[in-house]
Amino acid sequence: MAEFTRFDNRLGILGWLGKGKWGLERYLYILHRLTGLAILFYFMMHIFVTSLRAYGIYLWTEGNFFHQPIFRIGEFLVFAAFAFHAFNGLRLVFVELGFAVGKPIEPIFPYETCISKQRPLLVVMMLLSAVLFAMGGYELIMALGR
Amino acid sequence: MAETKTIKFHIRRYDPKKDKEPYFKTYDVPFQPGMVVLDALHYIRENYDPSLAWRYSCRMGVCGSCGMLINGSPTLACNTQVATLGGTEITIAPLPNFDIVKDLVPELSKMFEKHVAVSPFIVRDEKELDDEKGEYYQTEHQLEQYLQLTYCIRCGCCMAACPTLATDPDYLGPMPLSQAHRYNVDTRDGGRKTRNEKTGSSHGAFKCHFAGECSRVCPKGADPAKAIQHMKRQLVFDFLHLIKNQKPCEKQHGPGNEPKKDVPPAPPYTV
Ligand code: SF4
Ligand code: SF4
Ligand code: FES
Repeated sequence: MAEFTRFDNRLGILGWLGKGKWGLERYLYILHRLTGLAILFYFMMHIFVTSLRAYGIYLWTEGNFFHQPIFRIGEFLVFAAFAFHAFNGLRLVFVELGFAVGKPIEPIFPYETCISKQRPLLVVMMLLSAVLFAMGGYELIMALGR
Repeated sequence: MAETKTIKFHIRRYDPKKDKEPYFKTYDVPFQPGMVVLDALHYIRENYDPSLAWRYSCRMGVCGSCGMLINGSPTLACNTQVATLGGTEITIAPLPNFDIVKDLVPELSKMFEKHVAVSPFIVRDEKELDDEKGEYYQTEHQLEQYLQLTYCIRCGCCMAACPTLATDPDYLGPMPLSQAHRYNVDTRDGGRKTRNEKTGSSHGAFKCHFAGECSRVCPKGADPAKAIQHMKRQLVFDFLHLIKNQKPCEKQHGPGNEPKKDVPPAPPYTV
């Protein structure tokens, strides 16, 4: 049989990004994965750092390593990641259980898809996370000013 | 007379016999009102390079063979007006997430293998076939549950747009999953439980994280993302035994269509 050569055209991780031609939900999809990984990383570091107290090392108290302003900012970023991940996650729970995506309809041009059906939910969830960002940001500014 | 506008087509070329990597080649095509991208490809083949390869058949958005990446979006070449793309430069590449056979021809067989794997047909007791006078009745509402998905032409645009498929080649993907759902929700079908084994597996519906790209690019408005989310709900409910085992609907006999009596049994198989 003849040999066929095929060129592998799978996009890989860069395919998540597309070429800037994609929709909002795809970027939330990427951000959701990234914030998930970031929170997991933080969580593991957190367990490691706090477990050091077993050896009498308290890195997070006054005057110690983690008491520098840069870690305050880091803390805010973890909080922001958490707020986004939590609210976007709630949207995904609704959507992925088939709520908020609309009922089956006959497609009539111009087509309406489930993306526009779940948009209001997306906006509400993002507004809620923005409120949490603002609260965390206020805390951060106060803490840095002290 | 007004001068004809010229459009530059940047086309991704690849010949497995000659090239190691695909590359872009540019062709000038005079613009004609009403011209679709497919017409431009024909112009290039007739006037510049007869070796340019792509797939097409119906020229009217029905056969699903001319899916390609036009200005970065997967869509049908026959269904895309050059005028609506705007600008004087258009980039055309083969659908991503599929291997390239040559130039703009993607290798679709993996998609169709996944499609076949979810039993995309009505599964039920074949004994009923003998009852030729009977008919399956469906209400308008029952029809609406799957009607949208019957518009799918298997063009693969959704598969090319899906970010999950970009990193997981074994993910079933929007077309096969939504087609499995098309039969799952058909009242005549009794194959949902068997399909669940595929669609509920680790490369099945739960790998979809609702990036929604498939629905955004689908040229037929089949909205595969919606079907996949509905399918997930069914999978969860099935797992929790919340859906009573619905049997597929039975054949009905309308007036004048009474079942035949005394039909002799079919002769035994000879081979
Ligand atoms: S769901 Fe739409 S994009 Fe996907 S194969 Fe069917 S018609 Fe093409
Ligand atoms: S909604 Fe699901 S199947 Fe559709 S593009 Fe997104 S991840 Fe892929
Ligand atoms: S040629 Fe048939 S869909 Fe485009």
